Amino acid sequence: MIPQISIGRRLTALLAGVAAVLSLLSWSMVSGLARQAAAQSQDNVLAASATTIAETVRSEQGEVRLELPYSAFSMLGAISEDRVFYKVTAGGTLLTGYADLPAPRADPASGRITFQTEDYLGEAVRTASVRRNVLAGTRAVPVDVTVAQTLGGVRAISGQLSRTAAGLSIAFFIVAVGLSALAARTSLRPLNSFAQAVSRRGPSDLRPLRRDTPSELAPLRSALNRLMDRLGQSIRRSEDFIAEAAHRVRTPLATVRTQAEIALRSAPDADARQRLRQIIRAVDESSRSAGQLLDHATVAFRAEDLAQDRMDLGVLVTQTAAALEPTATMKDIRLELDTAPAHVNGDAVLLDSALRNILDNAIKYSPEETTVRIKVRAAEKTARITVSDDGPGLGDGPARALTGRFCRGSNTEGIIGSGLGLTIAAEVLEAHGGQLDLGPNPEGNGTCVTFVLPSA
Amino acid sequence: MRHICLALCLSVLALPGLAQEIEARKVYPGTGDHSLRIISTADLDVFHPYILAFQKARPDLTVEYSVASSVELYKAIRAEAEYDLALSSAMDLQMQLANDGFAQGYRSTRTDALPDWARWRDLIYAFTAEPAVVVLSTKVLGDRPLPATRQDLINLLRTHPDRFVNAVGTYDVRESGLGYLFATQEARSTDAYWRLSEVMGRLLPRLFCCSSQMVEEVIAGDLALAYNVLGSYASERLARETDDTIRIVRMEDFANVMLRTAIIPANARNTDDAGAMMDWLLEVGLRESADAWPLPPLNKSSAAATTGFGPIRLGPALMIYLDPLNRRAFLEEWENALEQ
Amino acid sequence: MRYLLVEDNAELADSVVKRLAMDGHAVDHALTLADADACLRTARYDLILLDVMLPDGDGRDFLARSRAQIETPVIVLTARAQVSDRVGALNQGADDYITKPFDFSELEARVRAVLRRRGGSARNEITLGTALFDPMSGNLRLGEDNVALRNRETRLLEVFARHPGQTFSKGQLLDRLFSFDADVTENAIEVYVGRLRRQIGPLGLRIETVRGLGYRLETE
Repeated sequence: MIPQISIGRRLTALLAGVAAVLSLLSWSMVSGLARQAAAQSQDNVLAASATTIAETVRSEQGEVRLELPYSAFSMLGAISEDRVFYKVTAGGTLLTGYADLPAPRADPASGRITFQTEDYLGEAVRTASVRRNVLAGTRAVPVDVTVAQTLGGVRAISGQLSRTAAGLSIAFFIVAVGLSALAARTSLRPLNSFAQAVSRRGPSDLRPLRRDTPSELAPLRSALNRLMDRLGQSIRRSEDFIAEAAHRVRTPLATVRTQAEIALRSAPDADARQRLRQIIRAVDESSRSAGQLLDHATVAFRAEDLAQDRMDLGVLVTQTAAALEPTATMKDIRLELDTAPAHVNGDAVLLDSALRNILDNAIKYSPEETTVRIKVRAAEKTARITVSDDGPGLGDGPARALTGRFCRGSNTEGIIGSGLGLTIAAEVLEAHGGQLDLGPNPEGNGTCVTFVLPSA
Repeated sequence: MRHICLALCLSVLALPGLAQEIEARKVYPGTGDHSLRIISTADLDVFHPYILAFQKARPDLTVEYSVASSVELYKAIRAEAEYDLALSSAMDLQMQLANDGFAQGYRSTRTDALPDWARWRDLIYAFTAEPAVVVLSTKVLGDRPLPATRQDLINLLRTHPDRFVNAVGTYDVRESGLGYLFATQEARSTDAYWRLSEVMGRLLPRLFCCSSQMVEEVIAGDLALAYNVLGSYASERLARETDDTIRIVRMEDFANVMLRTAIIPANARNTDDAGAMMDWLLEVGLRESADAWPLPPLNKSSAAATTGFGPIRLGPALMIYLDPLNRRAFLEEWENALEQ
Repeated sequence: MRYLLVEDNAELADSVVKRLAMDGHAVDHALTLADADACLRTARYDLILLDVMLPDGDGRDFLARSRAQIETPVIVLTARAQVSDRVGALNQGADDYITKPFDFSELEARVRAVLRRRGGSARNEITLGTALFDPMSGNLRLGEDNVALRNRETRLLEVFARHPGQTFSKGQLLDRLFSFDADVTENAIEVYVGRLRRQIGPLGLRIETVRGLGYRLETE
């Protein structure tokens, strides 16, 4: 499983890790070199010191003589404040110096300097030894000069350099982390803009992405396009399925209803007619319920990712009213439109659905030869659609309760309806940030339904 | 470290163990049960005010002050005699002690304030800077001006040997650690030293162990000239004299400046109080004002201004002349020059 | 009127044909879009009732494809009730749509509305005695006299006009005039008959009450 850490952070961490390794490497290299250089310079001075002493060795009357030149030690004192020890032996006998100072392990070749790191007086010392053969009387006597110095100065210098190198490495690391973060952000920018391009899309926009992407994102893009294609197909299939299902159910219902109507024409007795009427009403009711359930599902689905199209409520109302005109005419009900431009942002399909349900109710519950008035008005902040009818009104129950699912007014007996109409309308308006107001018609005894929507 | 046998056999210094020759000892009793044992080359009357002043701040502390020659002091510390603080004018011997592990480290804000030239590692700290001077009686000059250089001095001695026969004093470098330090450093720095020594050698010079004795003899009129006297002693002593014929002369061609140094011996027991005393000495040593302390301050600028030369450098190079071979060679030469 | 019904469900098609014939319409039935094409090439229709889901294609695609050649008004029969489907049907050239199962009176109302929008049709005027009755507009003309009937009155008069001399019971009239979702009593029929009598009386048309049986239109 890939942990859910952001790629940017992981990339930064990865680059920072590389930088850390490089910093560590460079630090240890610089430290090593510093140590080496400091040790080398100490060796050089020790060698010079031992050589200077060895050069004073001479033979006087068969006796080996020497004197320690001041410079032999002052040069050692110049490089550090380290303790200095020395020893001069002639043919293995101590001439002067510290008798127990460790001698070179191997006999040094004449003129060659050997270096050793030893432990002396509880401290690590670096020794330089040089051998010089002196002719004392008739025989050559090997004279070994050993000069030793403690390592404090070398350690101090290499420690100092090492600390400086560490400081530089840390600084390098910090800069590298900063740059890594920058690099990660820069390289992720196409991904982000790609993601934005996807998220900016509308709820039903399943067209393939065409934008140019870096080659690394091409597989993602094509995978996304394939997914959207499959999703689109799947949606189309399920739409087709719903359509097919509706077709399969509604077509036989239509047959039943038509047959019932035909039978009604020729039915002789009142009982049979009554039964046929009941069949027809049952068919109508189930069809209407199914329609409203679908509408309701549509509202729930579309409200999740509401389209924000700018539209004129006046135009919408005119179109919806026109579609319902024939139904109204059947009852000699007049749809009286009074519209003014009122712009809102929203989903036209949902608003149409809401208005259709309300008008449907108004027509259904209004007596014959009455008028349903539809008024569209825009105020400063809100746009309103008012539908008022001369129907029986809302009854005695609280108006708010009527918008609950499957609620019907107390005085709607004999009229087909599932009670979902008001619920659908209320939910649509809520999704748009508006509300549905229910109240008695102030100009008559019917109902007044008001859509309140924020103006665009 | 104690058991390691150091075969650094300084011929003169290699005297058997613990029997140090303590010249004077004084105990300054305190109210508490702590005591601080100091071994020093400074005369009791010179160091007396320092101890009194320190005890004013630490009345509980008993201070035991022993005076020894620098060589004796060196031997005592090397023999691990029990002292908490060793103050010596012989920088080379102090250096040898520190180098060979007979000093223990000490650090404080006081020591950190010291200039680099006044310390070596965290082992040796200098608390005075004292020039070497010539003390002479103007009576022997006649109408000659005061000698300003060694050449002046050589000319004076050569011109009037009669005035100086048996009346020239200097350190017996075979016995005095400080004298040996002054002599070796001077020999290293200027060739006039050997010429002067030879001139003095012909005048049957008298040899001394200590500066104070030479100054006393000049005052008494037994010596006409004392060469390489500690300026601090001379100034302190002459301040009590009314005789204005005795003058302190600083050589202008070259003058040694000795640093009186302190170490805390490796085997010191009361290191806390030794550190406190060290800090206090450094505080006095770093004073800006020319207070009436017997010993001059470290103040490098004043030392440099009066002598034109910096103090003797602390460092392993000081040990060069302590090497037995070198010492033997130097003393041979010195004896040849002075004992003709 | 002559309808073309394009519907693949034979049972539904049969009943619709039968039901429309009861109102005096001639209906040709096509089971497939191919049949429909053939019918349209050979005859002229007043209206096409077009199902959406057909074995050889989507009715709406057919509509979009052949809209340019066909002038006949089209009402789409859809099993889908969703708003988006309704909008889709209209955008693709249908004059109106109706959701299955449908009320025939609503279908007729929509047909009339469509035809009215298309400019009416004089061919559908019915001669009642000396007067001319247009069931589409509800207009009744006799010389200079012009009577505009309301919808219910028009429907009532149309029932009588299409079946000259026939007597209709109150129940029969109720079924033909009102949707089945409203509880209307037979008293309402009396009210409408009374109103129609007052409207058409001046034009020499009378609705006789046949006691115990119902009503009949007299044109002389």
